[in-house]
Amino acid sequence: MKILIKNGHIVDPANKIDDIRDILIENDKISQVAKAIDTKSDKIIDAKDKIVIPGLVDMHVHLREPGREDEETVFSGTKAALKGGITSVLAMPNTEPAMDSVENIKKLKDIINKTAQANVFICGAITIGRSGKELTDISQLKKEGAIAITDDGASVDDEILFLKQLKNSAQEKILVICHSEDKLLSNNGVVNLGVISTILGLRGSPKEAEYKRVERDINLAEKAGAAVHIAHVSCKESVGIIAQAKKKGISVSCETATHYFSLDEELLMGYDTNLKINPPLRTKSDIAAIKQGLKDGTIDCIASDHAPHTQNEKEIEFDRAEFGKIGLESSLAVSVTELIKTKILTWTQLVEKLCLNPARILQIDKGTLGEGKDADITIVSTDKEFIIRREEILSKSKNSPFIGKKFTGKVEYTIFAGKIAYVGANYR
Amino acid sequence: MKNMSSWTKKDLLGLYELNKEEIELILDTADSFKEISTREIKKVPALRGKTVVNLFYEPSTRTRVSFEVAAKRLSADVINIAAQESSVKKGETIIDTGTNIQALKADIIVIRHDSSGAAAMLSRHVNISVVNAGDGWHEHPTQALLDIFTLREKIGKIKGLHVVIVGDISHSRVARSNIWGLTKLGAKVTVCAPPMLIPEEIEKTGAQVCHDIDEALKSADAVNVLRMQFERDLKGAFPNQHEYFKKFGITKERLEKVKKGIIVMHPGPLNRGIEISSEVADGANSVILEQVTNGIAVRMAVLFLVSQGKEKP
Repeated sequence: MKILIKNGHIVDPANKIDDIRDILIENDKISQVAKAIDTKSDKIIDAKDKIVIPGLVDMHVHLREPGREDEETVFSGTKAALKGGITSVLAMPNTEPAMDSVENIKKLKDIINKTAQANVFICGAITIGRSGKELTDISQLKKEGAIAITDDGASVDDEILFLKQLKNSAQEKILVICHSEDKLLSNNGVVNLGVISTILGLRGSPKEAEYKRVERDINLAEKAGAAVHIAHVSCKESVGIIAQAKKKGISVSCETATHYFSLDEELLMGYDTNLKINPPLRTKSDIAAIKQGLKDGTIDCIASDHAPHTQNEKEIEFDRAEFGKIGLESSLAVSVTELIKTKILTWTQLVEKLCLNPARILQIDKGTLGEGKDADITIVSTDKEFIIRREEILSKSKNSPFIGKKFTGKVEYTIFAGKIAYVGANYR
Repeated sequence: MKNMSSWTKKDLLGLYELNKEEIELILDTADSFKEISTREIKKVPALRGKTVVNLFYEPSTRTRVSFEVAAKRLSADVINIAAQESSVKKGETIIDTGTNIQALKADIIVIRHDSSGAAAMLSRHVNISVVNAGDGWHEHPTQALLDIFTLREKIGKIKGLHVVIVGDISHSRVARSNIWGLTKLGAKVTVCAPPMLIPEEIEKTGAQVCHDIDEALKSADAVNVLRMQFERDLKGAFPNQHEYFKKFGITKERLEKVKKGIIVMHPGPLNRGIEISSEVADGANSVILEQVTNGIAVRMAVLFLVSQGKEKP
C-alpha cells in the first residue's frame, strides 16, 4: 500500500523542515519526503494549503479502562484521539485497578492489543493503589512495558518514600511524572482561591498548593538524580520555579494543558462544572505566564489531560461534581486558535510542544516525519473556522467546555501506521 | 406603583446580576405590597392560580415560612418540599426534581440548598421561575433585599450610608448578597471579622475590611450582625464563643460609644450572648422583628416580579 501526500506544508522540526514537500508512505513507514514526488501510488491526498505534521503525542490521557468503561474505553478514547490528530497517547494509571502490578499491566496490554485504534503507551503507578503508602516494583513494571510512572491525581506526600522511588527510577532510567499538589494546602478547594472563589462561595485552592509541591518535587528529583516531568502546570509561580531549575541544569521537563492557556477562572461565574478542573483554572495573569513559558521554552509540551466523566458525575452540584474535562478532540484546535493565530508560537514551535518534545521526553520514536519513521501523520486545515458540536464528539463522555465555541485548526486526515484512520467531513 | 413592566428576569438567583434599577424596582414593589399585610383580609389575587413550590434541601423554618406567607398573601397555591425527606434521599438529582416539579405545571420554584450554585444550575434546566432562597455560601438575595428595604424605610435612603457587616463573612451568603445590593445602591460596606473569617480578596467586591469592631462601628449608620455558627466551619478560626463575644459581640457598651441612632439588624435566628447581647437585640436600636415583617413584603414583590419575567439569566 502506497499513499502519496502532495503539496502540503510540512512542519517537521526534528528534520528542520518548514516548507512545501510531498510525503510518500509505503506500508506503515514514511519512505520519502521530497519536493514533487512523482510515483505511482494507491492513493493521493491533495494537501495543498494544508499543514502536514507528525501525529500528535499526548502524554496525559485518562482512558478509564479498566474500571470505568462507562466514561471511556481504550477503543473510544483512541478513536477520539485520531479525530483530534493524536496518534500516540500515554494512558494514566489511575484506572480501577491502578497500573501498579505486572498482572494489571498485562491485562491492560491485552485490552490495548485487542481494541486500541492508535498507539497507547502505558504509565505505571508510583505507589500501590496510588495511595502513597507502598512503592511499586518499577523494574518489573518497566519490563512489562510501562514507559513512565505517576500517581496522577495524587502526589506522594511522604518525602522519604518518594525520594526512594525517585532513586529507583534513576537506576531504572524511567521517567517520573509528578501530579504536584499538596492536598493539605488545596484543602478540598474546587476553584482557584481568590475573588472568584469568594464571589461564588466555593472553596478555593491556592496556587501554593501547586507550586510549593512543584518546588519540592524538583528538589527531590535533583537529590535523587532522577528525571521528572511536571504534569499540568497551571500557574505563573510554577513556570518560574521550573525555569530556574532548568537553568540550574536539573533534569526537569513539564507540560501544560490546553485549558491553562485558553480558559480563566472568570468563566466560572456560571458554575459550569465542565470548567471544574484540577488544578483549577487560574487568573488572566497566569494565562499570560503560561503562554510566555510556552514561547520561551520553559514549558516543553502541551497535553490534553483528557478526563472523561459521565453526565451523572458532572450535571450535579458544583462542589460534588468530578474534576476534569475531555480534550483529545479539541487540543490541536485550541492550540492553533490560541497560540498560532495570536502569533505566540510558530508552527514549528507548536509541533515541538504537541509532537516532538513529548516523544523525546518519553523516549519513543515518534513525533517526526523522517524517512523510515512510522507513518503517523496529521493533516490540518487552518483557513476555516469551525464549531465544536456535542453530537460530533466521539469520546464516550461529553464534558467539554469548548462545545459551541469557534476554532480554527481542523484535522482533515489522520494517518496512523500508514493507514488513513480519520477523514474530516470535508473529504469524506 | 412604579413601572413593573421594566422587570424582565424570570429568576432571582442573586443580587450580583441585578442592576441598581432592578433592585430599586423590587424595593418599590415591596413598598406597595407591605400595606396588604396590615389589612383585615390579608390577601390580593396577584398570583391566583399560580403554584409556588418551596424546595428546601436545608432545614429552614424562617425563610420557608416567610416565602409561604408571601405566596399565600398573593393567593398562590403553595407546596412545601423538605427535600431531605423526599426522593432526593433516594438519590434523585436536583435537575430531575426540578423537571418533575415543572411537569406538575408549577410556576415558581423557591430553592434553598447547601451547595453554592445550586439555584443557578436548577435555573439552567427548567423554564419556570427559580428564586434563590440561599445557596451554600453564595447568595441569599431576598434576605439582603429585606435588610436593605428595612434600612431604606428607617433612614429614607441607602446612598451614602455606611453599613457594617460583622461575623463569619467567609461562610455567609447573607454577607455576599448585602455587599452587592448595598454597594450598587451607593452605600459603603465594611465587613468585620477575625482574619480567618474574611474570604480571599473580598476587597475586590467593593467592601472594605476591618478586624476591629469598635473601629468599624465609629462611622456606621447600621450594623448587620451575622449568626455565628460555632457548630460548623469555625474550627481554628476562633477559640470559643466567649472570646468572640468579647471581641466582636454587639453590646450596649459598644453602642454607647457610636452614633446614637445606629440601626442593628440580624437575619436570625439569634445566638444571644454570642454575637449579640439580649439588651441590644431587644433594645431601641434593634429592627430585627421589623425585618421579619418586611421579609414578607419583599418576598411578595420578588414572587410577583419573577412571575411576570420571561428572560433567562
